[in-house]
Amino acid sequence: MTKFSWRKAALVASVVPMLALSACSSTGGKAPDAAGGAAGGQVVSTPKLKIALITHAAPGDTFWDIVRKGAEEASAKDNVELLYTSDPEGGRQAQLIEQAIDQKVDGIAVTLAKPDALKDALKKATDAGIPVVSLNAGESVSAQLGAFTHFGSNEKLAGTAVGDKLRSEGLSHPICVIQEQGHVGLEARCAGVKEKLPATEILYVAGTDMTQVSSTVTAKLQATADADSIVGLGAPFTLTILKAVNAAGSKAKVASFDMNAELAQKIADGEILFTVDQQPWLQGYGAIDAIWQNKRGGFEIGGGQPVLTGPSIVDKAAAADALKFAKEGIR
Amino acid sequence: MTQTISKTPPSKTPAPVTDERVAKRNPLQKLLGRPEVGALVGAIVLFVFFASVSQTFIQPNAFATVLYGSSTIGIMAVGVSLLMIGGEFDLSTGVAVISSALTASMFSWYFATNVWIGVILALMVSLAIGFINGWILMKTKLPSFIVTLASFLMLTGLNLGLTRLIGGSVSSPSISAMDGFGSARAVFASSVTIGGVDVKITVFIWFALVAVASWVLLRTKVGNWIFAVGGDANAARAVGVPVKATKIGLFMAVGFCGWILGMHNLFAFDTVQSGEGIGNEFLYIIAAVIGGCLLTGGYGSAVGGAIGAFIFGMANKGIVYAQWNPDWFKFFLGLMLLLATIVNLIVKRRAELK
Repeated sequence: MTKFSWRKAALVASVVPMLALSACSSTGGKAPDAAGGAAGGQVVSTPKLKIALITHAAPGDTFWDIVRKGAEEASAKDNVELLYTSDPEGGRQAQLIEQAIDQKVDGIAVTLAKPDALKDALKKATDAGIPVVSLNAGESVSAQLGAFTHFGSNEKLAGTAVGDKLRSEGLSHPICVIQEQGHVGLEARCAGVKEKLPATEILYVAGTDMTQVSSTVTAKLQATADADSIVGLGAPFTLTILKAVNAAGSKAKVASFDMNAELAQKIADGEILFTVDQQPWLQGYGAIDAIWQNKRGGFEIGGGQPVLTGPSIVDKAAAADALKFAKEGIR
Repeated sequence: MTQTISKTPPSKTPAPVTDERVAKRNPLQKLLGRPEVGALVGAIVLFVFFASVSQTFIQPNAFATVLYGSSTIGIMAVGVSLLMIGGEFDLSTGVAVISSALTASMFSWYFATNVWIGVILALMVSLAIGFINGWILMKTKLPSFIVTLASFLMLTGLNLGLTRLIGGSVSSPSISAMDGFGSARAVFASSVTIGGVDVKITVFIWFALVAVASWVLLRTKVGNWIFAVGGDANAARAVGVPVKATKIGLFMAVGFCGWILGMHNLFAFDTVQSGEGIGNEFLYIIAAVIGGCLLTGGYGSAVGGAIGAFIFGMANKGIVYAQWNPDWFKFFLGLMLLLATIVNLIVKRRAELK
C-alpha cells in the first residue's frame, strides 16, 4: 500500500475546483438549493389512505407536472399514499383504472378525456364502492360516469374568456394555433375564441416538433398579413410562437393558454399580452382533497356541479405574483 | 447532378470500334437512371401546383420559410439516406435529436458551465448513441429495425426519466442567460439576410451536409463501401470492404446529423420538452424513400433525400399558404410517398431495360 501523499491531495483539492470554475457560467444554470421546501403543513391524523390519480397525460408534458404537484401536496397533508399513473391512450387508461381497483385503493381521481373507453372500468370502481372524482377533462360526462364531483376549467369558457379579452384589447383577427390535430379540448378552446371573434383562423401544427411549429407559424403569418393576434394553446408552444412572430417581424400580438415560469416572465415583460390559466395545481390538489373529505365525513363537494378551477386571466398586472409561483412549479 | 457528367467532352473524331459494354449511354437515359429523378419530377409538379394556387408561396420570404421547414427534416434525411443506402435504418433518430439537445442543456444547466461544454458533450453522446446502435447491430446480427426500435424506446424513457430527475420538471430549464449561449445560437440557430430575406442558418447547414454527403458517396472510397455494404454485405466483405466499420460509421453519421438538429432545437427555443421528437424518425425515412433510397439498401443518393425533405416542406407549408383544411395533410403525404416510390420503380426499370 502506497503512502498517502498530502501534497498530491492538496494539489488535487486546489486544481479540481479551479478547473471547474474556469468553465463556469456566470449567469443562469441551476440555482443552489433553497433551504427546506415550503410544501404542506401539519399532517392530519386520519388513517393512511391510498388514492390513485390516473390521467391521460402524454409523457413529457409540463402541464401534468403541475397537476401532479398539487396532488402530491394534498397527499402529504391528508396522509395519503398517492399512486400516479398515466396513459394517453383510452384503452390503456381504462386498464390503469382496473389495476387501481385490484390494488384496493380508497379513491380514484381520473381525467375523462376519452369517457367512452373508461366507462366500464369506472363502473367497476363505483360498484366496488370506491369514490371517484374526475378532473381536468370530461366535465359534461363526469356525473354520468359515477364521479361525485369534477375539478376543471371549462375549455370553451376559457376560449370565450380569451376572445373577450382580445376584443377588449382592440384585436379582432386572431390565429388560434392547435398543437394536436383532433384533440377535443383544444378544438373547444379555439371554438370559444371564434365564438367571440368570428374572424378567428385555426392553424394546426405538429406539437412534437418545435421547428415545425415555428416554421408553420411563420408560414401562416406570411399568408395572412391582416391577422392582428395569435394565440398559443400551451405555454411551450406560445413561447415558440412568440419567437416566430418576432423573427418574422410581424406586428401580431401574442396571447396564450396555460402557464409556466418563462411565460409569466414574458407577460411581466409585456411581450405576451396575457394567458388564461386553468390553475392545474388546484385540479390535482382539489381532486385528492375531495376524496379525503369524502372519506372523512362522506362529504361531496360541488353540489353535483363541477368545481371550476378557471379560467383565470393573468395579464401584465397579475404576472409578477404568478411568476413567483410559476418558478416553484405550481402555477 | 453535375458530378456524374464526365468532365472530358466526347471527342469529335470518329471513334474506333468500341466494346458495347463501355458504350456511352445517352444523357437523358443516364438522367432517368438516377435515384432522385422520381422525386425531382414530384418536387417540380408540387412546386408549380402550389405556386399556382397561392400567391404567397412564391414570395421570397415564404420560400425561405419553406426551406427552413425542409431543412429541419433534410438535415436528418442526409444521414438517414446514407444509412439506408448502406442497407440499414434507424428508428431512434427522432428521439435521439431530443436526447442530444437535452444532454447539452441539462449538463450545462446543472453544473452551471459554459454551454459550449454541454454542446461538445452532446456531440459525444450523439456519436456514442450511433456507435452503440451500430455495434449492437454488428455484434448480434439482429435486423436494424429491432435494434433501433429498442434504442428508440430506451432513449424515450431516458429523456423523460433523466430530465425529471435532474431538472425536476419534464422540460429542460431555459439556458438563455448562460455564458456561451449567444455564440452557440449564432452557430446553430441564427438567420442570414440575403436580399432582404431572412434565411435560417439550418438551410445552409443542410445544403453543406448534402454536398459533403454527395461527394463522399460519389467520389470517395468510403462512398463505394457504403453502396457495397448496402448491396450485398457478404460480397462486400469478400472483396475486402470493412463492413463493420462502414455500418457503425453510418450510424455515427446519423448521430452527427441528430446532434446538429438537436443543437438547433435547443438554441432556437432555449428549452426542450423531453417528450418531443417521437414520430419524426418516420419523416426522415419518408424523405429518404421519396428521394429514391431503397429500403433494401445499395441504391439511393443524398440529393434524393434532400429533395424528399423539400417535398415534405413544400407540402407542409404549402397547405398553410393555400389556406386549406389541414385534416388531409397526412393523407396527401402518404399518397405522395406511394406515388413517388412507384414512379421511382417504373423509371428505374425503364432506364435499366434500355
